[in-house]
Amino acid sequence: MEKQSPVVSRQSLASAISGRPSRSLRFKLLVRVTVIVLLALVFMGAGDNAQRFSTLGHGMVCPCGCSQILLECNHVGCQYSDRMRAELQAQLNAGDSDEAITQAFTQKYGNTILAAPTKTGFNLVAWIVPFLVLALATLFAGMVVRRWRTDGLGMAAAPAGAPGFDRFREQARRETEI
Amino acid sequence: MASFGTFALLIGLALSGYAFFAGLLALAFRRRQSAALSETARRAGIAVFVCVTAAAFALIYSAFTNDFTVEYVRQHSNKALPGIYKFSALWSGQEGSLLLWAWLLAGYGFVLRLRHKVDPKLVAYASVVLAAIQIFFLLLLNFAARPFGLAARAVEDGNGLNPLLQYPEMVIHPPMLYLGYVGFSVPFAFALGALAMRYPGEKWIHITRRWTMVTWGFLTVGVFLGMHWAYSVLGWGGYWGWDPVENASVLPWLTGTAFLHSVMMQEKRGMMKKWNMWLIFITFMLSILGTWLTRSGVISSVHAFAQSSIGVWFLVFLGMTFVVCAALFILNFDHLSSEHRLEAILSRESSFLFNNVIFLVACFTVLWGTLFPLLSEAIQGTKVTVGPPFFNRVMVPVGLLLLVLTGVGPLLAWRKTSLGSLKRNFTVPTLIAIASGIAMIGLRWMTPWASLTEFYSWTTIVLSVLVAATIFAEFGRGARVISGKTGQNVVAAMVHLTRRNTRRYGGYLVHFGVVLIMIGFAGAAFNQEREQEMGLGDTMQLGRYKLVGKTFTQDDTPNHTSDAAIIDVYENGKPLGTMYPEKRLFKANNEPGTIVAIRSTLRDDLYLVFAGLNATGTKPIIKAYLNPLVGWIWFGVVITILGTLIALVPNMQAAEQRQHALAAEPLAVEGD
Repeated sequence: MEKQSPVVSRQSLASAISGRPSRSLRFKLLVRVTVIVLLALVFMGAGDNAQRFSTLGHGMVCPCGCSQILLECNHVGCQYSDRMRAELQAQLNAGDSDEAITQAFTQKYGNTILAAPTKTGFNLVAWIVPFLVLALATLFAGMVVRRWRTDGLGMAAAPAGAPGFDRFREQARRETEI
Repeated sequence: MASFGTFALLIGLALSGYAFFAGLLALAFRRRQSAALSETARRAGIAVFVCVTAAAFALIYSAFTNDFTVEYVRQHSNKALPGIYKFSALWSGQEGSLLLWAWLLAGYGFVLRLRHKVDPKLVAYASVVLAAIQIFFLLLLNFAARPFGLAARAVEDGNGLNPLLQYPEMVIHPPMLYLGYVGFSVPFAFALGALAMRYPGEKWIHITRRWTMVTWGFLTVGVFLGMHWAYSVLGWGGYWGWDPVENASVLPWLTGTAFLHSVMMQEKRGMMKKWNMWLIFITFMLSILGTWLTRSGVISSVHAFAQSSIGVWFLVFLGMTFVVCAALFILNFDHLSSEHRLEAILSRESSFLFNNVIFLVACFTVLWGTLFPLLSEAIQGTKVTVGPPFFNRVMVPVGLLLLVLTGVGPLLAWRKTSLGSLKRNFTVPTLIAIASGIAMIGLRWMTPWASLTEFYSWTTIVLSVLVAATIFAEFGRGARVISGKTGQNVVAAMVHLTRRNTRRYGGYLVHFGVVLIMIGFAGAAFNQEREQEMGLGDTMQLGRYKLVGKTFTQDDTPNHTSDAAIIDVYENGKPLGTMYPEKRLFKANNEPGTIVAIRSTLRDDLYLVFAGLNATGTKPIIKAYLNPLVGWIWFGVVITILGTLIALVPNMQAAEQRQHALAAEPLAVEGD
């Protein structure tokens, strides 16, 4: 014990003097970092696959006729959903890309298994039109408001208490009372 | 009983025809004797209700007495079916649900014709329109979808009711939804009548406002009961799947909501007359379109319980309705010019206009997504699916815009809002909303930058806080004034305030209900789910809950057999109770049904589904979901309906004035 302490002390002292960790400490640090990085990679990979499974599975519908999302189909004895989920998991484990998996599924089960239109070709229209309509409708409303307002301008305000306006003041009070 | 029902429907059709033609002639001739003719038309309309009620009674009676000679009863009922579901068999199939529609329409017509003294001429016009709609439905029931058709062969027992419909909510959800759908016929009839007669002033809006609100309330209840039913019965863990039938129910709700807002512009300022006219036309047509989507089978749906080829009838009726509306609109275009102009961009008027535009965009988007598969098939020859990923992506921004307007709109003054007033009204609510947003991030409840879903969820809650704060501030301001005048405490002052202006503060409550619903929707971003076998002693951890499998049990009733898992639930080691998710097999049609076990709190729902037994048949497979904030949706609906009911109650001052008038009347007679 007495012999070991000075050695440790010397190492610590050397590290402290040089400002760099000793070789064994560096080795331990390297091992730890490697293990952490590997573990992180493994778990990140697992998490990523689970996330991809959820995203892809929620992007498809079960073709059994139930019209439900693939991962949500809960029909007893459904001929498709369990098999398709297993296929999806197998393709993810095989390292296939999202595009490749989607293409494989559509080739096998048809385009209607995709829960939303693709963003290519005519299907892109499905995505564009709602936002286009929102923009045009907002523009239209803005123009209407502007036109209404312009039509209402150009009138000189009657001074407060001016005679002959009591009827209108009464009307204004009536109309603005909720 | 089948013959009785058949004759009742035939007589009902004849009377509807009379109510329509006699009513139309009376309006066309406008001579003194036409008053008598008009009165006979009104009475014929009332008699239609008696006939259709008799037919509905005949069908329910046939179901209760197991009269399987009636094909409809054979298909939708059986001897072992519990009594309450025999009653609901009335609307569980095509013919029955059309009969329910005709019955409710006749009921609305009955009330309207009894209350004809409100405005005899306008009611006479509206009565003719209602009679025309009634004719369409009775034609369908007599010739295309006959509920009293006889079975081809004698059978001992019926096919039974679809298992999905054997759930308590299904007894009230369809009538509520139909009361909403059908109810829009009344404001539609008033609007068309007012247009045809070039009704002077806005009284017709006053008359129809209450009808519209009642109808809107029914439709709201119907839509949300449908959501709750889907949540409890379909067993996929969600409440809204953007299914075509669900979409069909929300379309008239969106335009109806827009109408309820924009009629205020016409009432107060004589503006947006043309817009309002088309809003109510479109709302009615969307009700018919919804029925066409549901009944025609053109679009597949989990909710399409009754499909046939009657879609063509609906399309023809829809076309005729559009032509009549457009023709009357063009003929009376000049009658619908606005009386006032907008005075400022920052005003209640412009907020209503934007609110309407966003509602209509929302309606268009839902309709677009629902019909896009048909369009795709027609243009590119291939059908596509348009499901939740599409609708969630495009509808959430629209919903957020509506949420902003819900908070901003009511606090803007009519005609013009000054910047000072805007600052006064919104500074504190905005600061509270920003603080809540920062707090949610600081407390690590949410990380809005993690994903788009989480960003939307965070934004929804921040905006909800903003809207809620504006509503509370508005109540607080009013209550302080009342309290200062009367010396009442704040709560009593708030009640007093609400009673003084039920419409305004009822409206605020409706908005608050909507806020709660939106918060409930935002919770969906954090749903969790797990699935595993749960034998004796098996455990599953889901969020803060620990589930422990006990065993599973079986039951056998005359109607169904069932397997139910018994699961103990713990939270941080503390037992919370036992849950029994169940799977049923209905004997009459050999179809399975899910009975979900739900433990609901305002924080989250623990939702257990019995997914089946494992391969060896020894352990139940349990699918468990943890759905945050779902309870807020149902609570929000209750607040929304409460607000609607309050808005329907007359103001305290108006009621007092009416009482004074009634009290003064006998005195006047005595004085005479």
